[in-house]
Amino acid sequence: MENYLSIFTEYDIPGAFWVNIQLTFWAAIGALVLGTILALLRISPVASFQAIGTSYVNLVRNTPLTIIILFAVLALYGQLGFTLGGDFQANFFRLSVLGLAVYHAAFVCEAIRSGVNTVPLGQAEAARAIGLSFLPAARLVILPQAFRGAIVPLGNTLIALIKNSTVAAVGSVATEASSVMKTMIEFRSDIVIPIFLTFAIGFVIIVIPVGLLTTWASKKLAVAR
Amino acid sequence: MSASILFDTPGPKARRRILIINIIGALLALGIVAWIFFGLAAKGQMQPEQWDDFIQASTWENYLLPGLLNTVKAAILGIIGSVVFGLVFGVGRLSQNKLINGFCTIIVEFFRAVPVLLMIVFFNVFFSRSLELPGDTALWAVVAALVFYNGSVVAELVRSGVHNLPKGQREAGIAIGLTRGMSLRHIEIPQALVAMLPALIGQFVVILKDSALGYIISFNELLFFARTYSSPNGNVLQALIVTAVIFILINFTLSKIAEIVSRRLSSRIKKDKNAAAVVGTTAVTFAEASTDAGSKDQ
Repeated sequence: MENYLSIFTEYDIPGAFWVNIQLTFWAAIGALVLGTILALLRISPVASFQAIGTSYVNLVRNTPLTIIILFAVLALYGQLGFTLGGDFQANFFRLSVLGLAVYHAAFVCEAIRSGVNTVPLGQAEAARAIGLSFLPAARLVILPQAFRGAIVPLGNTLIALIKNSTVAAVGSVATEASSVMKTMIEFRSDIVIPIFLTFAIGFVIIVIPVGLLTTWASKKLAVAR
Repeated sequence: MSASILFDTPGPKARRRILIINIIGALLALGIVAWIFFGLAAKGQMQPEQWDDFIQASTWENYLLPGLLNTVKAAILGIIGSVVFGLVFGVGRLSQNKLINGFCTIIVEFFRAVPVLLMIVFFNVFFSRSLELPGDTALWAVVAALVFYNGSVVAELVRSGVHNLPKGQREAGIAIGLTRGMSLRHIEIPQALVAMLPALIGQFVVILKDSALGYIISFNELLFFARTYSSPNGNVLQALIVTAVIFILINFTLSKIAEIVSRRLSSRIKKDKNAAAVVGTTAVTFAEASTDAGSKDQ
């Protein structure tokens, strides 16, 4: 037991989780903005915009996240010399956030589109009837309802993002949970299973409230029809 | 997506305006592609010698195909394992025995919340220190993590599939003298399996994508080989693009199959669809309804 407790003084475990939360926070904002734009492109009347949105979603959704983050770090930075400022560490952190945001935007787009599907036809007709054109109709009538209908899939995307933030390990973010755990189990072979369970339960503790919260919010904010 | 009803059937003026925006949009898209292309060319990334490695047979024979084979191997083992795991724990969660039910619920909820990468890293060390497994330890670590995670998702699919069946199905089974377990085995599960087929195929995409996480424990899969090969040759960017294209082609095919299956199923079931603000997505909504349980899986 003392053996086990010593890992908390030797390694900064809460700090590791904090890095994942920060990765998630910034990537979630990026993904939400990009995903909403993509969803707008996909429901717009302009064929070329639809094609741009559709190809983005199809390409990104079918690519492993590992490749996308490796691409940001090895290709964008390593080969093309693209940096996002800050020192060495901050640059890798931001490149990983970029990779996470680009990947999850495709899922946010699909979540919002499924939310749009919950909005009844009559709403769009009513918006048109009072003379709103595409953008005002989307902004004032469709999207507010669509977001409320999309809370559950958006929440699921957020949960996936929290877990996927560990893939930043591929992007040389060595301070996040999976990298720290990797170092720990390599040095403390006597307590491999307790270390794993510590990290696993840490994620359970973060993920389950998010799931409960989105379920609660989806009921609370559901549009009564 | 061809006919959205967020906007009116355009008249001549609106058609002209849409045409103009359309041309601007197409030019914008072409512009982005050209900008990327020339940006890469300016950095010397478009030299033919950096790309022609990937049209040589030896690159494929020695690196890409063996890597792809390992990726597919991990994915197939992962699929088989997670379907078995999912059936066992999905049925366990439907059990009326509180103990079995509770145990299965905890297992399923736990493994759905733990990142796959965490499991891969753990199993890799655990297997190499504590178990004597035949063959490549890294492969087994990847497969085990894929099975636990995706198996839990499949278990949820099984459960929600059975829950979504009309109540009469079980009543009919009990009326002809089946026990609850028999009705579950012979009537409900087979129907749930058919209904969850599109979501299940969609899950295969997730399994295939997640197998690339094996890269981090040096599992010799496609991405790992592509990286090892390209690193000394200075064409990492090109290798990543080729690898991504291979993944996209396989996954896109799988997604298309899932879509076709779900369309055929929904035409068979003839569900009443409420008209929604975007039409032309009947098949998608059905697939989405059945992915409900499994959509934490990206």
